[in-house]
Amino acid sequence: MAIKVLHHGLATTVQDLGRPGYFHLGIPLGGAMDRYAMRAANLLVGNDEGAAGLEAVFMGPKLEFEDDALVAVTGADMPVNIDGVAQPGWTALRIRAGQVLSFDFLKSGARICIAVSGGIDVPVALGSRSTYAIGALGGYKGRPIAAGDELPVGKGTVANEGKSVDKALRRKPGTPAELRVLPGLYWDRLTDEAKQNFFADTWKVAPEADRMGYRFRGGRKLDFVDRKQPFGAGSDPSNIVDSCYPYGSIQVPGGTEPIVLHRDAVSGGGYFMVGTVISADMDLIGQLQPHTPARFIEVNMEQALAARQDRAGLLNRLRQAVR
Amino acid sequence: MPARYTFGGDEHLFVECSDEMSLEAFFKSLSMSTGVRESRINGVTEICPANASFQIKFNPDIIKPEDILKEVMAIEGAAEKAEPVIRTRIVEIPVFYNDPWTHETLMRFRERHQQPAGTDLDYAAKVNGYGAVDDFISAHAGSPWFVSMVGFVAGLPFMYQMVERQRQIEVPKYLRPRTDTPRLTVGHGGCFGCIYSVRGAGGYQMFGITPMPIFDPAQTTSYLRDFMVFFRPGDIVKFKPIDRDGYGKAVEEVDKGTFSPPIREVSFDLREFQKDIDGYNAKLEGMLYGH
Repeated sequence: MAIKVLHHGLATTVQDLGRPGYFHLGIPLGGAMDRYAMRAANLLVGNDEGAAGLEAVFMGPKLEFEDDALVAVTGADMPVNIDGVAQPGWTALRIRAGQVLSFDFLKSGARICIAVSGGIDVPVALGSRSTYAIGALGGYKGRPIAAGDELPVGKGTVANEGKSVDKALRRKPGTPAELRVLPGLYWDRLTDEAKQNFFADTWKVAPEADRMGYRFRGGRKLDFVDRKQPFGAGSDPSNIVDSCYPYGSIQVPGGTEPIVLHRDAVSGGGYFMVGTVISADMDLIGQLQPHTPARFIEVNMEQALAARQDRAGLLNRLRQAVR
Repeated sequence: MPARYTFGGDEHLFVECSDEMSLEAFFKSLSMSTGVRESRINGVTEICPANASFQIKFNPDIIKPEDILKEVMAIEGAAEKAEPVIRTRIVEIPVFYNDPWTHETLMRFRERHQQPAGTDLDYAAKVNGYGAVDDFISAHAGSPWFVSMVGFVAGLPFMYQMVERQRQIEVPKYLRPRTDTPRLTVGHGGCFGCIYSVRGAGGYQMFGITPMPIFDPAQTTSYLRDFMVFFRPGDIVKFKPIDRDGYGKAVEEVDKGTFSPPIREVSFDLREFQKDIDGYNAKLEGMLYGH
């Protein structure tokens, strides 16, 4: 069984839950930006949560199915069609051999996850099928899919047809989006006023927002505490001796535009970081479009761990609901 | 100096051994991150050593942040008592300095450079007090370098030259990063050298190019069949200047699968090194070339 790509959309990649274990060599975790949505899509079509699906940003692909299968589309709100007939999102849909899955314009959110019963069966590279395009690793030939590609699909079942995920179990960013942040790392490089402004200001997602990182602008410039730059750190006050970058860490080159590193993060570099978006809110970033207003909300470790528990609870309810 | 501990969200512990770069800080971070790996703490999922710091990714559902903090702080005590000696390998990397490919690229991005009238090598030679580019190249290739971090993108080594601080090459990065850098460019930014493992954006000054692939996801390169990434933190690198013919010949060997970089296992003792840097480096080079 295979899926023929008739149109690739904008940037559509094979993703699963990622490739842990190689960040110390510069190879990032990767995997779906909105992991919850990818898990939901896989559960709907009866796959393991970690099966590979497609992640499409802003624009959906056009796919022709060679055989019968179940498909589910989760994440962003983007109308789904089978042979031009509207279908519900977050639902296990039966698609027949020869039928075409396509999409209308994005209504809200940024990324859809498309799961197919059996999963996209590209070769596993370093433990994952996720596409790491910079390194030409994983996915379909190490790159986003293109018209004419034939995506291999594993063997699945169609037992779940018609199942759907209740609206209460779908998660979307608010307006403005609120991203909870644990201050830390090089936070104390900032003046007290800059620390307050960082959390007080409303920022906007910049057009430079992709799987590697999301840039924000529109807040006040952050000022630094004076110091003599340490040897090897570079001359700008926002420079540090090149260090590792945590996933979700927020660097602010020159003190002007915060960048939150995401699934395809560079693993290190020479910019100071003010803190880290907590694990519970990373999925939300994957659903932000450029120009979306966003605020950073200060939390402590206890609150970060409580939010993580909430997320785990939501995932458990999803598993029970779809099973 | 005691390390500084800070959390990167609820999944990372970040340990800064020193805010400035030195071989001592690098050794401490390497020794502590090795200590963390060997202690196999339940819940630790990844350990990333960097130049003068390191990062641990952990699963807070398995180990509480305060508990991992305690465990790692205990390892700091042990690491400080450990002998600063590592078993590692020294490898020769051929470099075609002043090559046409990085030259073409640097000319395209001249308006982003501090000194648009010259080349990156001209600029680096000048700011480091070398009268001629050839003298600068001799200094760059004259002493070995430690791979102090692997990362940024897949398999890219950051390198720190094994000389006294006053002889360290320091060059500012481009004023604005380039959108293109040839694959396998040998570059330098701040006090760090690097080799770009893949083609892409970059802000380091470009000095030359090596014919030797260091990242190969297809694993067809003869010496990358076991693993796609060549470098590991702690590797010692000695650059060898080659000319255009030497470059062409090496590329041909890489394509035929017969290229094999000279590599020797060595032991490195930081205290012995500090007693006589040039003498120690000469001994390392002797081991590399077997004389």
